[in-house]
Amino acid sequence: MVDLTIDGKAVNVPAGTTILEAAQNIGIDIPNLCYDKDLTVFGGCRMCVVEVEGARNLQTACSTPVNPGMVVWTESERVVKARRMILELLLANHPSECIICEKTGDCRLQDYCYRYGVKESPYTGERREVEIDRGNHLIERDPNKCILCGKCVQVCHDIQVTGTIDFVDRGFYTRVTTPYDLPLNTDICRFCGQCVGVCPTGALINKQFKGTRPWEVSKVRTTCPFCGVGCNFDLNVKEERVIGVTATPEAPVNGRSLCVKGRFHKDLLYSPERITTPLIKRDGEFVEASWEEALEEVASRFKVIIDRDGSDAIAALSSARCTNEENFLMQKFMRTAVGTNNVDHCART
Amino acid sequence: MAGLATSFGSGAMTNSIGEIEFNEVLFIIGSNATEAHPIIGNKMKRAATVRGAKLIVVDPRETELAEHSTIWMRLTPGTDIALINGLIHIIITEGWADHAYIEERCEGYDDLWAVVKDYPPERASKISGVPVEQMYAAAELYAKTEKAGIFYTLGITEHTTGTANVMSLANLAMVTGHMGVESAGVNPLRGQNNVQGACDMGALPNVFSGYQAVANPDSLKKFEEAWGRKLSTAKGLTIPDMLEGAASGKVKAMYIMGEDPVLTDPDANHVRKALANLEFLVAQDLFLSESALYADVFLPAACYAEKDGTFTNTERRVQRVRRAVPPPGGARADWEILCDLSGRMGYEMHYDSPAEIMEEIRRLTPSYGGITYERIEKVGLQWPCPTLDHPGTRYLHKGTFPRGKGLLQGIEYKPAEELPDEEYPILLTTGRKLIHYNVMTRYSDSLLTLDPYERAEINPVDAEKIGVGDDDQIRVTSRRGSVVTRIRVTDKVSPGVIFMTFHYKESPANELTHAAFDPIAKTGEYKVCAVKIEKHTGEPLPAAN
Repeated sequence: MVDLTIDGKAVNVPAGTTILEAAQNIGIDIPNLCYDKDLTVFGGCRMCVVEVEGARNLQTACSTPVNPGMVVWTESERVVKARRMILELLLANHPSECIICEKTGDCRLQDYCYRYGVKESPYTGERREVEIDRGNHLIERDPNKCILCGKCVQVCHDIQVTGTIDFVDRGFYTRVTTPYDLPLNTDICRFCGQCVGVCPTGALINKQFKGTRPWEVSKVRTTCPFCGVGCNFDLNVKEERVIGVTATPEAPVNGRSLCVKGRFHKDLLYSPERITTPLIKRDGEFVEASWEEALEEVASRFKVIIDRDGSDAIAALSSARCTNEENFLMQKFMRTAVGTNNVDHCART
Repeated sequence: MAGLATSFGSGAMTNSIGEIEFNEVLFIIGSNATEAHPIIGNKMKRAATVRGAKLIVVDPRETELAEHSTIWMRLTPGTDIALINGLIHIIITEGWADHAYIEERCEGYDDLWAVVKDYPPERASKISGVPVEQMYAAAELYAKTEKAGIFYTLGITEHTTGTANVMSLANLAMVTGHMGVESAGVNPLRGQNNVQGACDMGALPNVFSGYQAVANPDSLKKFEEAWGRKLSTAKGLTIPDMLEGAASGKVKAMYIMGEDPVLTDPDANHVRKALANLEFLVAQDLFLSESALYADVFLPAACYAEKDGTFTNTERRVQRVRRAVPPPGGARADWEILCDLSGRMGYEMHYDSPAEIMEEIRRLTPSYGGITYERIEKVGLQWPCPTLDHPGTRYLHKGTFPRGKGLLQGIEYKPAEELPDEEYPILLTTGRKLIHYNVMTRYSDSLLTLDPYERAEINPVDAEKIGVGDDDQIRVTSRRGSVVTRIRVTDKVSPGVIFMTFHYKESPANELTHAAFDPIAKTGEYKVCAVKIEKHTGEPLPAAN
């Protein structure tokens, strides 16, 4: 274990811990754009610089391990000045359209500019003008808002292990793009949206959230209804309507990972083909009915058949899509109310 | 599941998803995890690329996992047992078996060897099409690595020999002692979100919840007392028997909740005839599915985001599902509909909430005995979880098997029921793809636009023979039906093999599949049947919607 001091507070952490992690342990938030606890340390954005007594230069907190007796200042005058300059340099090549940006309210760049009072850049010069990729229904890529933190590249390579995107070119012209600058498509991309999940700015957007501000939604934790992996995620609800899905680091199975189905399925709920009224077939056509009529019809027809042919003339398919409670009730219903063991579901494997 | 239940005494994934990344070897057979279980697929790829694990992939198709593999064994569909027997033969004759483990933990070794001795690698290779050298390499790598897990999906079970296939894999894991330890074991990746739960809850003809047999007088008495009714001991019908009974007139009525057997069961035309022959059919679903079209009454159900409850995932973890929004219009949660209907049939079922149903499940189901909504509020628990202070179970069969000793069995290879011949020379195998999930995601425009129609995969050799190319339309015909589909020409499949999914009603692959069933589990043979293909010249398929 290592003892050190951060902003005058004593901290005791295991050797190998970084300054950033040590600070987090005692509730000190060191700003960062390219750091992510699940990814390899990149140390590229420099936002997390801190002053270490005795060191000549400011140190990046995300990549500097603690040393015994270290004295660290995370918001000293020198540190704040450096962070301001970093933000001003980023803004020099970033569209100033926060008012209409989808990411407003959930943008790290915006948050830090607010925190350090940076409202514009004193630097003027060439600006990027790259075409926005709007070629699919799910993800919008606006490279002009990219700050080159590299998190999307890492998550695509190391967590999703697909490698659809990477850095190309050098210096001012560095950008994150697809092979041959193709728009995202299913040949090169799995549309897991994990890049969107880690993007700190508005460069990568889940289109389903367009028109919704982050503070307008409430989140409901649930379990994905698709395959048997059992990912957890949050349904984002606005005015009694599911807007979209966001991942949560608290998910025991999947962490913040989701696949295309889990992340983007929400319009399934609002398919115009959903049936919302009971139907009874009369003369070969379905006609709308009340629950009273429909359930009475089922109960009476079942009873006629039980009386005439016995309970075993009725059979039920339960469902591997329904909840445990519903499957339990279906077998209970068949075994008690109907009186047969004729209950099964399609997953016999 | 019947296979693992026979071999070990309990049928479920033996290890946990969190352990996958830490396997040193992953033996992945009949599982296209990156598409069917994407997050597990990612962990497998991550094991290989980030942690340096080695993947042994057994699959007739060059899946994404095959691309990441150290050894890809491209077997002929339906020859799994011959291949696995060959691997066990090598492991035993080369002295790589774990005899101490076999001696202490297993029985039936002599029965196993009596069969396996007749599968020298040369013979196994001839049947499966996998080269002998590859078999040696795979056998050595798997047997000699401590943390080596087997992973399988429906590529193993959806055969007439599905149960036998699973028992073969159990043999392989037991002779090498890869059981009851972390990051190893035998791991079926369950297909649907709550297959595990539906089985656990007793939505099966022979068992109550927790696999308590209907035929067991103690269980029967327990449930009769809890439910206040005399219960039937007559053997219930499995799905194929139900459909057969419907077709023959023995089954008069069916109640189908949340399933679409017309699209998902093999031999769709047979299923249609069976449903049409019913006197009365009730369908309860979100949409008017292909099966619901035959219903006399349709009951509109709430979807998962509109109700409370739990799902049990493939690693036996019971997790919460929460109501986020109200159901649309008059739709109601399945559990509410069931309670209402039951009352009208003269059996009152009253629950204020699904939490109350879970209380009843907990009281009647030993493996769920410690599971309450309160305990799983934040993180789900893995059964067996017998008591309120039990922490749940991460991996099974440590020290002992539920049946005592693990059962090694001699399993003979049997060819698939229907193999290609002169008239139907192509082998059809089916599966899922990433963007879609069974027959439901097609109702999501976002997902549908990414992948709007079926593209059956055929090898360039076969494409050239009938003069077609990418996105052309072909007619695929089996002895049971005929469908039109667009194609993708790719060497991911071998010559003589066509791969289709069952996601699209315009190209319903299950009109072609064979309703031959595993004799024990009654699982359909979705993975092998014989078809012929020709260039489609009639009315083209509608353009993508």
